[in-house]
Amino acid sequence: MTLHSLTLHEIHEKLRKREVSSVELTQAVLKQIAKTEDKIHAFITLTEELALAQAKQADDLIQKNKGASPNNFAPLTGIPIALKDIFLMKGTRTTCGSRILSNYVAPYTATSVDNLLKDHAVIIGKLNMDEFAMGSSNETSHFGICHNPWDLKRIPGGSSGGSAAAVAAGDCFGATGTDTGGSIRLPAAFCNLVGIKPTYGRVSRYGVIAFASSLDQVGPLAKDVTDCAILLKALAGHDPRDSTSLNLPVPDYTASLTKDVRGMTIGIPKEYFVEGLDPEIEKAVRTAIDHYQKLGAKIIKVSLPHTTCAVPTYYILAPAEASSNLARYDGIRYGFRHPEARTLLELYTKSRTEGFGPEVKRRIMLGTYVLSAGYYDAYYLKAQKARTLIRNDFEEAFKQCDLLLTPVAPTAAWKIGEKTDDPLKMYLSDIFTINVNLAGLPAMSLPCGFTKGGLGESPLGEPPLPIGMQLIGNHFKEETIFRAAFAYEQANEWHQRRPAL
Amino acid sequence: MSYETVIGLEVHAQLLTATKIFCACSTRFGAAPNENSCPVCLGQPGALPVLNKKVVDYAIRAGLAIGCTIAKKSIFARKNYFYPDLPKGYQISQYELPICTGGAISITVNGEKKTIRLTRIHMEEDAGKLLHEHPTTRSKEASWVDLNRAGVPLIEIVSEPDLRSAEEAVAYLKTLRSILMYLDICDGNMEEGSLRCDANISLKPSGAEKLGTKVEIKNMNSFRHIEKAIAYEVQRQEEALQEGGKIVQETRLWNPEKEVTVPMRSKEEAHDYRYFPDPDLLPLLIEDSWVTAMHQHLPELPTAKRDRFISEHQLSPVDAETLTSSRDLANYYEACVKVYPDAKKVSNWILTELLRELNNSGRSIKQCPIKPERLAGLLQLIDQGTISGKIAKTVFLEMYKTGEPADKIVSRQGLTQVSDTGALEKMIETIIAANPKETERYRAGNEKLIAFFVGQVMKETQGKANPQLINEILRKKLKP
Ligand SMILES: [Zn+2]
Repeated sequence: MTLHSLTLHEIHEKLRKREVSSVELTQAVLKQIAKTEDKIHAFITLTEELALAQAKQADDLIQKNKGASPNNFAPLTGIPIALKDIFLMKGTRTTCGSRILSNYVAPYTATSVDNLLKDHAVIIGKLNMDEFAMGSSNETSHFGICHNPWDLKRIPGGSSGGSAAAVAAGDCFGATGTDTGGSIRLPAAFCNLVGIKPTYGRVSRYGVIAFASSLDQVGPLAKDVTDCAILLKALAGHDPRDSTSLNLPVPDYTASLTKDVRGMTIGIPKEYFVEGLDPEIEKAVRTAIDHYQKLGAKIIKVSLPHTTCAVPTYYILAPAEASSNLARYDGIRYGFRHPEARTLLELYTKSRTEGFGPEVKRRIMLGTYVLSAGYYDAYYLKAQKARTLIRNDFEEAFKQCDLLLTPVAPTAAWKIGEKTDDPLKMYLSDIFTINVNLAGLPAMSLPCGFTKGGLGESPLGEPPLPIGMQLIGNHFKEETIFRAAFAYEQANEWHQRRPAL
Repeated sequence: MSYETVIGLEVHAQLLTATKIFCACSTRFGAAPNENSCPVCLGQPGALPVLNKKVVDYAIRAGLAIGCTIAKKSIFARKNYFYPDLPKGYQISQYELPICTGGAISITVNGEKKTIRLTRIHMEEDAGKLLHEHPTTRSKEASWVDLNRAGVPLIEIVSEPDLRSAEEAVAYLKTLRSILMYLDICDGNMEEGSLRCDANISLKPSGAEKLGTKVEIKNMNSFRHIEKAIAYEVQRQEEALQEGGKIVQETRLWNPEKEVTVPMRSKEEAHDYRYFPDPDLLPLLIEDSWVTAMHQHLPELPTAKRDRFISEHQLSPVDAETLTSSRDLANYYEACVKVYPDAKKVSNWILTELLRELNNSGRSIKQCPIKPERLAGLLQLIDQGTISGKIAKTVFLEMYKTGEPADKIVSRQGLTQVSDTGALEKMIETIIAANPKETERYRAGNEKLIAFFVGQVMKETQGKANPQLINEILRKKLKP
């Protein structure tokens, strides 16, 4: 097996045994990137030089540890990781997938990235994403579409599509993502990865460009559950610079990776298995449910009656916050400024008109509208009330069970361009993930099967596509999710499949 | 028709915290442009606000001093608008649920007491500043942005429309300023913009219930401007109404050169601020213990102090008012009285001699070169008969110049009263002999002439003679 197809924890073992150096590893993934990037376009910026310097430092550290406690280095030390281009890293260009930040060099580093750097992870580059994280397909990036490594004609999912594509393609051993309405879980499902959106407040948002502050949450995308646990442990923690950050100790998530789910109650919300759900997806998820039963978990039916409110609620609240969060991109202090503006008003309008893409503008306008005087009560306030109802639904459900199990998306990855003309159709792809953000809960997407594939237009036929399932936990119960996910993963092999590239 | 003026004031007071409201940057005035800035106050992507607890302390203190209700839960909102000095494209302010509501301030105008009710006090961040001339090159080809002020903590104190004249508005503002300064939460420096004021002015037919259309005058920062602007605006509106015209709801600015108000924004451009709760900040929850702690640290406020000076020190209301107009002046007075308990004398000296000198030299009481104990020392010298009241004034001026204690100046300049009876008797005999006409007239019954003889002695002794002693000897020697 080639280096780049190994998992993060497998690589850590190799580093411990001195079978490979971090520099060799970094060179290996750089080679893989060179080989695949033309096809996938997962990166916006490569930080090759920085990565090699960091790898050299990590090797020095590992060598120094040779004496007394030879294996005493963090599981991320020397391991190439990539960052969604929404994370600020000092001195590195951070674009958020937008033209308006195409020339922006971060003056400081995000807390979560600092946490990775403290563990001496190697940062290999900045990953492609939907512009300002708005999108479900990675087609709104100013820097071009990212392709799904499982089928290059298809989208990798958004908005952390670059993150998912890069990990799946072996360009790095883990990546950071952000999830506002499913932006970690959807691409994880479409690219056969494990991705977790932790409890709101678990990972600092400081230095992560805001889309919708009350919904955004940072999380990792990885090849398996163990890698995901390692990465989340590194990213998480209380940050005094983020007022919404949780002041709670971070558990050792790898310690919860036992195979045991006996005694655990898993709820199946009936509202998630309805018309529109692709039969292949439904079958895969139902098979996983049966599997949990075999493993000793108790399966019960639950109801989340306000599930259908989630999409409209989300598409009021998220744009409202976004319209305000994106006001700072005005061409005055940093980022793209239109060269031909002669008056202040022209400076604003021209810079923003040409700096933002259509999806971002659509949401800014929507958000501005729902917040404006006279409409606030009818939209924003009502949506806040609906949000409370959705939250209460989950609270009720978690009185009966430890976890909820649902599909991640109604379909597998779709073809590039298939939904771009119809924003509403696109918005519905997040139907199973959005609720979790509105409730601030932790949720994971993990592989649970593949579509059959078929004849299709291509001479080779349509390749099979990954299917993900979602495990939703109660607030702060990431450990429960990890435990259940690991138990499933240990008994299945979906996560071991790699795309043919 | 006669009209009644209705005025409400919105006062912005800059709080005296060392750091900004949502980051750790310094609030120091006079730093180089953008020196006091960080990702948070510059509105860099990804930066997040963290509330400075000291700002809350100060807002609670202000609320308690004014008798407001302190909200157990208050919320920060975003006020969205575009302006180059507003880095985030929104100002973090409090909107629906402010930290303080209610309360009142009592003012005295022309000897009459009046209570002005408050609507609310809320916390917010200041914006930056636009420079239309480059600070070093003086170029005027572009505009530059200085964000040192961005994120400086403010409280906005909003009054009910209880004020009826420019005079009342100024009295309210002066009282408010003095309260904030007593609380040590605002330096009251209007020139540096620590205290700024917007006035909402409307006129209604006398006796009418319904308020007239209001006009807002923005950003005034001196008592003189406020008084003139309001007076101008009242007159402008009255003239318009008398002529049958209508008042347009608008925002105007005071032009101090031309002494007129001019429209700033028209109605068409009226802002929709799209307020909503800031999702980056959690609701601010204030427990009773926090309020109690702030209550315990509340100093004696000007009104209470003034009343105490009147009742305990038997000062006149006017004197007590002046002495308590600033906390530092009141402290100075009290420090003097501690050493020299004759309150009336102390207050006289401070209100006449000391304030005059401070005024002339443009100093504040804090910069006064005479320490309170030393002023008390001077008064003691008078009582002991060491110097006359008249000499004391000379000594005072010297103290003001040098800061030295009175006794040192008196002995160095040989200003001790001449109380040597023998020497004085001789001198008086010579003076009587040299002025036979006046002596004759005195002896004939013109007793007023005693002043003339006293003057002669004082002239001879350069004012150092003990006036009581002179009187005694003169009357004896001049006896027919
Ligand atoms: Zn700052």
